Amino acid sequence: MADIIIVGAGPAGLTAAIYAQRAGRKALVFEAAVYGGQIVNTPEIENYPAIKKISGFEFATALYEQATSLGAEVKMERVISVTDNGSSKTVKTDNSEYECKAVILATGAKNRTLGLENEKALIGKGVSYCATCDGMFFRGKTVAVAGGGNTAIEDALFLSNYCEKVYIIHRRDRFRAHEAEVAKLKGRENVELVLNKNVTALKEDGGRLCGVEVTDKLTGEKSELAVAGLFVAIGQAPDNTPFENVATLDNGGYIVAGEDCKTGIAGIFTAGDCRTKQVRQLTTAASDGAAAALAACSYIDSL
Amino acid sequence: MAATVVTSANFEAEVLKADKPVIVDFWASWCGPCKMLSPVMEEISETEDSVKICSVNVDDEMELASNYGISSIPSLLVFKGGQLVNQSVGVITRQAILDLAR
Repeated sequence: MADIIIVGAGPAGLTAAIYAQRAGRKALVFEAAVYGGQIVNTPEIENYPAIKKISGFEFATALYEQATSLGAEVKMERVISVTDNGSSKTVKTDNSEYECKAVILATGAKNRTLGLENEKALIGKGVSYCATCDGMFFRGKTVAVAGGGNTAIEDALFLSNYCEKVYIIHRRDRFRAHEAEVAKLKGRENVELVLNKNVTALKEDGGRLCGVEVTDKLTGEKSELAVAGLFVAIGQAPDNTPFENVATLDNGGYIVAGEDCKTGIAGIFTAGDCRTKQVRQLTTAASDGAAAALAACSYIDSL
Repeated sequence: MAATVVTSANFEAEVLKADKPVIVDFWASWCGPCKMLSPVMEEISETEDSVKICSVNVDDEMELASNYGISSIPSLLVFKGGQLVNQSVGVITRQAILDLAR
């Protein structure tokens, strides 16, 4: 039996595994897709203390190797449910069932979707959530970015280097992104701001995206933009619904817990982007991993 | 067997004329998720005899990628008897990859 089961092998989950193993507790980590989480999509990390520059892939790989070399076990299984039996917990995956003493939910967050009918079908056929991954396929074409935060502005700047034209569609009249970046964007001749508008439909031709319908938030007027690509950058969303029985979720679906990473249920902890917090960064994910693991260790000591 | 590196020159021979289902992995060295998927593809290639694993570097083979309408990577395309029968975008599990070729 593992002492601590960690749900999610992103930076928070793997950091928790490192701290648990070093505290002499056996950590078992479950991951549904790929270890590393969202950071794998980042070409260059330049804000992690003591590391000037590293790719998300290298960071994830190094973290994984550190955790496993300390004895943590990582299994590629999707966790379906967690049951609290008091001093033991049962974790059910798509493959098997496991018992442990404490659980750390480090499920992270995923790219938020627009929620449009044919959006999923058009992924890889014009709809993308990663401009740095997919931008080169739209060289010389007209594309749109949906969103108004830092990621959206960075995406639009990046795309404007390759694309014929870049529309940036934002539901407000102001951007939330850093001023300097917005000013840079406004200086680009091939960028057009489409403000106070929402993307309300995706137009397709032969199974590929050919345009987007936008609706003016104030007037309700609809118009269409012909684009070959749409980069969706409207933030992240968690998916903690399988764990509602062992954790309280806020309106956004995040697990309610403070900096101590305690959920309110004895032996159930949470760490990283899936937790209610102000700042969701690599450093704060790692910080949560440490706090949650050490809290779990002292909980086990008290059993 | 290691994954077969495919270019426009050998695509027909290696993929379209293969005698078993082929999963083609379109990837690039600068794509983090692609690099997470590559070892899984290699592992399948080494252990599963029922499918053939090929890889296409999109930086070297832009035309091939464009011919198959690739606009997100990693993209997996499954061919059977020379026909494109299935595809998937993004990192997926080993089992999901094998299910694509079922």
